Amino acid sequence: MNFYGLVDGTEASLKKYLGALSGVDQVGADARAAMLATRSIKTSSKRWAIDTAISMVDLTTLEGADTPGKVQALCTKAVRPDPMNSDVPSVGAVCVYNDMVRIARTHLDSIGGEHVGVAAVSTAFPSGRASIEVKIQDTQDALDAGASEIDMVIDRGAFLRGDYIGVFNEIVQIRELCGTRVHLKVIFETGELVTYDNVRKASFLAMAAGADFIKTSTGKVTPAATPPVVLVMLEAVRDFYTMTNTRIGVKPAGGIKNTKDAIKQLVLVNETAGPEWLTPSLFRIGASSLLNDLLMQRMKMDDGYYASPAYVTID
Amino acid sequence: METSVNFDYAPAPESRAIVRIKPTYGHFIAGKFVTGRKHFPTINPATEEVLSQIALAGKSEVDSAVAAARKAYITTWSKLSGKERGKYLFRIARIMQERAREFAVLETLDNGKPIRESRDVDVPLAAAHFFYHAGWADKLEFAGLGTSTKPHGVAGQIIPWNFPLLMLAWKVAPALATGNTVVLKPAESTSLTALLFAEVCQQAELPAGVVNIVTGDGSTGALLVNHPGIDKIAFTGSTEVGKIIARAVAPTNKSVTLELGGKAANIIFDDAAIDEAIEGIVNGVFFNQGHVCCAGSRLLLQESIVDEVLEKLKVRMAKIRVGDPMDKNTDLGAINSKEQLLKIQDLSRVGESEGGARWSAPCDFPKKGFWFAPTIFTGVTQAHRIAREEIFGPVLSVLTFRTPQEAMDKANNTPFGLSAGIWSEKGSRILWASQQLRAGVIWANTFNKFDPTSPFGGYKESGWGREGGRHGLSAYLKGLGHE
Repeated sequence: MNFYGLVDGTEASLKKYLGALSGVDQVGADARAAMLATRSIKTSSKRWAIDTAISMVDLTTLEGADTPGKVQALCTKAVRPDPMNSDVPSVGAVCVYNDMVRIARTHLDSIGGEHVGVAAVSTAFPSGRASIEVKIQDTQDALDAGASEIDMVIDRGAFLRGDYIGVFNEIVQIRELCGTRVHLKVIFETGELVTYDNVRKASFLAMAAGADFIKTSTGKVTPAATPPVVLVMLEAVRDFYTMTNTRIGVKPAGGIKNTKDAIKQLVLVNETAGPEWLTPSLFRIGASSLLNDLLMQRMKMDDGYYASPAYVTID
Repeated sequence: METSVNFDYAPAPESRAIVRIKPTYGHFIAGKFVTGRKHFPTINPATEEVLSQIALAGKSEVDSAVAAARKAYITTWSKLSGKERGKYLFRIARIMQERAREFAVLETLDNGKPIRESRDVDVPLAAAHFFYHAGWADKLEFAGLGTSTKPHGVAGQIIPWNFPLLMLAWKVAPALATGNTVVLKPAESTSLTALLFAEVCQQAELPAGVVNIVTGDGSTGALLVNHPGIDKIAFTGSTEVGKIIARAVAPTNKSVTLELGGKAANIIFDDAAIDEAIEGIVNGVFFNQGHVCCAGSRLLLQESIVDEVLEKLKVRMAKIRVGDPMDKNTDLGAINSKEQLLKIQDLSRVGESEGGARWSAPCDFPKKGFWFAPTIFTGVTQAHRIAREEIFGPVLSVLTFRTPQEAMDKANNTPFGLSAGIWSEKGSRILWASQQLRAGVIWANTFNKFDPTSPFGGYKESGWGREGGRHGLSAYLKGLGHE
């Protein structure tokens, strides 16, 4: 791996690369995100945004109590979010724990959902507290079961104590395992990194190490995908594109619960990274309850009134 | 995977149904609307539609307004306790909040500024000024200005067209809190929100004559400045007019505060948080179409980051949404008047002829109205006119510097001194630079932030006195021990 020529794999080169990044002013980033949240998206653009957001959802279930039946239902919904309306696009992927990957893949393939990916959360998700051997085995497990996307977590302990090369090397090893066929998303758990400077640093570290996507959170920690955090990550992928001519994707996850939140995310993408990122191959939203709100808003736009929640499926 | 589509935002216009604009307006004198004798049109600068006919006050109207203010001062306002004055100010502030949308829509129609700005900045800040000063009304003895202060009496106040309602609030709120009565003249092209404010005074049952509003042009302003019944003049506007006023009041006993022009340096050091600095540059000079006296119209970039910053700035400027001010997604609205547009165009031509490299963001303008694209000039030096004269439009002059001291020298090399911006992640550098800069307001890692608690005003030709905060109170009081 040549890491885009940005680093040579040594700690010294990584430190130099990360040290050259400009800082992020928290007040300014918060203000910019708040300003973009005032955008008023109506009529035809709202309709476009809802369908685009649906196609970007990584429909997620990450519960200890998950059952094969629940995962199968999730897959059915992923392919055809509104059973009564085939105009609604499929979501981007389903996101499950490793032991559910095969169940999800098999079920998707059996119902014509070959185009919907299966993302597995790996590397000792959500804490990342395991040896690299275990993380590799965990990932291999998911790959063997048919995962097309790996959502790995970084070692936040290592990152926060300044062991950037440790974090970098783990990502590189998982990247090698994934090869070129499987999409690698790197989760930072921004709620634990706390500062925007850390978020920017983690973004550039993960991108150089070979991430296809950078992802805010596991969904198990709050705060998660706040608009300013996503703004900082979108600025990072935009700047990385200027440096390398490569577009890296962004996936906010956690706390995006309704259509308004989702449209705010799309506005952030549009006005920060640019419209080139407004595709499921470069922007995903990790969510579970969001999909139903998007469907209800879509029905409202078609019918002119809000339907009862009984008109969308519970899982 | 579907291909990406340009996420054009569909029009999201704010409704104007909430405002009722009358075909003609009179003056507000002694608590009543008085029919004017002569009128002139006020237009919506985004459409050139005539909104209404505004009365032009001559000597008789100014005389009766000053007399009404004097009478109110003697018979009621000076007899009220601070606590009672404060109640009226609180009431006005609350009514302004209740009618915020009406004020915002009217301001945008009359001024051309985006509804997002009038809704999120102008109107809430105007109400905040009344709330803040309402709190001071019964605590003036504890403002650190001495215990025997007294109001001047009748204040004549002349305000500009760039923030019509907000400048009214900056003037009227401290004057009333300190016990003065006022005669206010709004700018010729933007009288409507002041006249709506007159309705608010009626609604708040403010005693007749405490606030009087006469509309008109420069001739009305001159009558007010030269009126012998005025005790204090407060003016916000151009340095040129400020000098005329200063000359006019020099041989009189009138107190005066002036808030005039600026040519602020916005200084970006190489250790700045670049993305936020870009936002600060944009907000510094394109906020309110650049019609801001404290606008960061001179960008000083450290040599080592010039290319990076300019590249990012152009990308960002291309995203500024220029157009219908009533659209909730518009960032940059209409230039306030044809006259101002001509001035901006003229100075931009000067910039080009003096060898500055001009770049304007690509924009589609509406067919009617007055528009100017966000523009930067690179290759500008201290010797260029566009680095010295206030353009008062969305035009940024870009200069560079090598050492921090050079930045300070260039920033201070201007007859103005209203504001300055410093962008650095290094606290010690910010503190050092803020001591070097000769400007009344210095922002660090932000720009164009306003708050009623913070004094605002200029050094040098940018003005006399301060508005806002405890300092601003002193402008409306005498007996401070230094007259």
